[in-house]
Amino acid sequence: MGVTLTEKAAKHVSNYIAKRGKGVGLRLGVRTSGCSGMAYKLEFADEIAADDITFQSHGVTVLIDPKSLPYLEGTELDYAREGLNEGFKFNNPNVKDACGCGESFNV
Amino acid sequence: MALLQIAEPGQSAAPHEHKLAVGIDLGTTNSLVATVRSGLSVVLSDELGRSLLPSVVHYKADGATEVGYEPQTRQSQDPKNTIASVKRFMGRGRSDIAHVESIPYDFVDAPGMVKLRTVAGIKSPVEISAEILSVLRARAEAALGGPLVGAVITVPAYFDDAQRQATKDAAKLAGISVLRLLNEPTAAAIAYGLDNSAEGIYAVYDLGGGTFDISILRLSKGIFEVLATGGDSALGGDDFDHRIFCWILESAKLAPLSSNDARLLLTRAREAKEYLTYHSEAPITARLSTGVLVDMTLTTAIFNEITQTLVMKTIQPVKKALRDAGLSASDVKGVVMVGGATRMPQIQRAVGEYFRQEPLNNLDPDKVVAIGAATQANLLAGNRAAGDDWLLLDVIPLSLGLETMGGIVEKVIPRNSTIPSARAQEFTTFKDGQTAMAIHVVQGERELVSDCRSLARFELRGIPPMVAGAARIRVTFQVDADGLLSVSACEQTSGVEASVTVKPSYGLSDDEIAGMLKDSMEHAKDDAFRRALAEAQVEAKRLVEAVQAALQSDGELVSAGERGRIDVAITKLQEVAQSENRRHVTLAMDDLEAETKEFAARRMDKSIRRALAGRRVEELGNGLEAKGEQA
Repeated sequence: MGVTLTEKAAKHVSNYIAKRGKGVGLRLGVRTSGCSGMAYKLEFADEIAADDITFQSHGVTVLIDPKSLPYLEGTELDYAREGLNEGFKFNNPNVKDACGCGESFNV
Repeated sequence: MALLQIAEPGQSAAPHEHKLAVGIDLGTTNSLVATVRSGLSVVLSDELGRSLLPSVVHYKADGATEVGYEPQTRQSQDPKNTIASVKRFMGRGRSDIAHVESIPYDFVDAPGMVKLRTVAGIKSPVEISAEILSVLRARAEAALGGPLVGAVITVPAYFDDAQRQATKDAAKLAGISVLRLLNEPTAAAIAYGLDNSAEGIYAVYDLGGGTFDISILRLSKGIFEVLATGGDSALGGDDFDHRIFCWILESAKLAPLSSNDARLLLTRAREAKEYLTYHSEAPITARLSTGVLVDMTLTTAIFNEITQTLVMKTIQPVKKALRDAGLSASDVKGVVMVGGATRMPQIQRAVGEYFRQEPLNNLDPDKVVAIGAATQANLLAGNRAAGDDWLLLDVIPLSLGLETMGGIVEKVIPRNSTIPSARAQEFTTFKDGQTAMAIHVVQGERELVSDCRSLARFELRGIPPMVAGAARIRVTFQVDADGLLSVSACEQTSGVEASVTVKPSYGLSDDEIAGMLKDSMEHAKDDAFRRALAEAQVEAKRLVEAVQAALQSDGELVSAGERGRIDVAITKLQEVAQSENRRHVTLAMDDLEAETKEFAARRMDKSIRRALAGRRVEELGNGLEAKGEQA
């Protein structure tokens, strides 16, 4: 299991890291907040923490802290376009319900 | 499901709290909007993938508006109601607009800024610009999936207060909160990352559709100083199209064309120009309404030849700007290319040859200003990465000051001061019992008010009556991060206050600014002389008034003979004060001072006696006693 990126998402991440000029990978996580309890964290990572769990997906290193992993297990990160908007999308099988826009969710 | 962007470490936004900020390049010909996505500055496109939005607004009879490509192509059908290049009119009076008679719009001369009569009513340039900004805002909000927290909008470096204020007002009208107005060349430099790495002199060469701007910037410690600007407000890529158009007419020996045919050939000319950027020859074919078939080939060699004078016309202002900045081409560390027309190889070559270096051109020259603005907007909105806490500073293009007696300018904030900036200076009253003070705010480099530009006037009233020179009036000039000025005055002893936010009614053109700077250098000596003369005249007037006031109150202290000599000296001084000879003024002042010296001494004695009268020596304290003993 673990966490994966779609090929499209991985391509965008690699491109962003290259343009940014530094970074060891992509950090995913969850934290409690928002209208439905949990919110995603999606950040560049400049260092790997000692307890980080790492995954490799299409050449991108994905870092997840152990507390977040249970909520993300099996998640696939995709890159999508919706009209003029575009960005990353979490396809997370653990989510039971989410707020209208999906920015925060419950497991 | 919301679409997320990658944040800097530790900067993930809370749900529904993304700080969406954009950079907007509100251009004369085209406008763009850009944002930072996952750390990368990108220009936002419309539904058809087009990133440029032609700055053309069409008003319909029912009040509806159209902005962009549609009205641009149908401009000739309804010229009076289709407003293009409205940027030229921002913050301008009718008399400020070049070739106003050849512009097809129905101008209404309103105080401050021209307005345009359209089928949908009278519109100000601010309202028309707001239409363009509204479209960009809608595009940005659709692309970012939420409301904007704010935008950085770019303006030409030479834009004065009126033009900047008009731009801000347009944004407000479009519902955009302006994080900062940013100079276009500065934005271009930011896009190339010059802000965080480079120090030194940079030139920004901006050849747009209809305007040419050159800016010389000095970068040090995150501060962008605009050392000089120059350009040609009637020179751009369109002129290159026109040269090709004329060449077609001449070579094909065409009879005068209908306006439709002319437009068709102009379009073909533009296509040929763009084709030649990547090819050595361009085919031009068109079937005219007369049935004539135009079928010719334009080679790079011919294109270079027919446009050589245009290319040279851009180098002249470059030389001049460098000269104004007191620099030579070899001092320039890098040249940033901006504007679609800089894609033309002959432009790249000419600029490269002049500066003896390859210009920076790896970013899309149409987008570079918007990209820089987006980078800045992202930082100002608070999306900065750790350790990325630099603040970009811009500077004031022309000194700000106020008028003092004799029409002399006292500069309060000198040119090239970094903004935001606040400076205060103390002034005082000129006459006994003066209860009000007129404050005249001016902008410019010259020493005399008549040679500078008047920005605003206001009055400080309610100063308690005091002798001349006793009031302490603190005048504070404050320039915010957008380069907008507010001035306040406060009498320190009484706390009386007055202030004004400067919204000057008329703008200055870049030529005028360049001209004013040049004048200040050429006239430096002359100005210094005139300033000294004006100062002497003011001093003379003050002296005469002081003596007259003294004679009025203590006239009994002078003998008739003395009085006669003093009167002669006064008349003499009043006479020479009108002349242009400063030496005569100072000599006459010395004379008057000499004649009144004893009188002044007697007055002093009298006032001391008056102060001591009726008091016992013991009350005056030990110091005086000791003194008395010694004597």
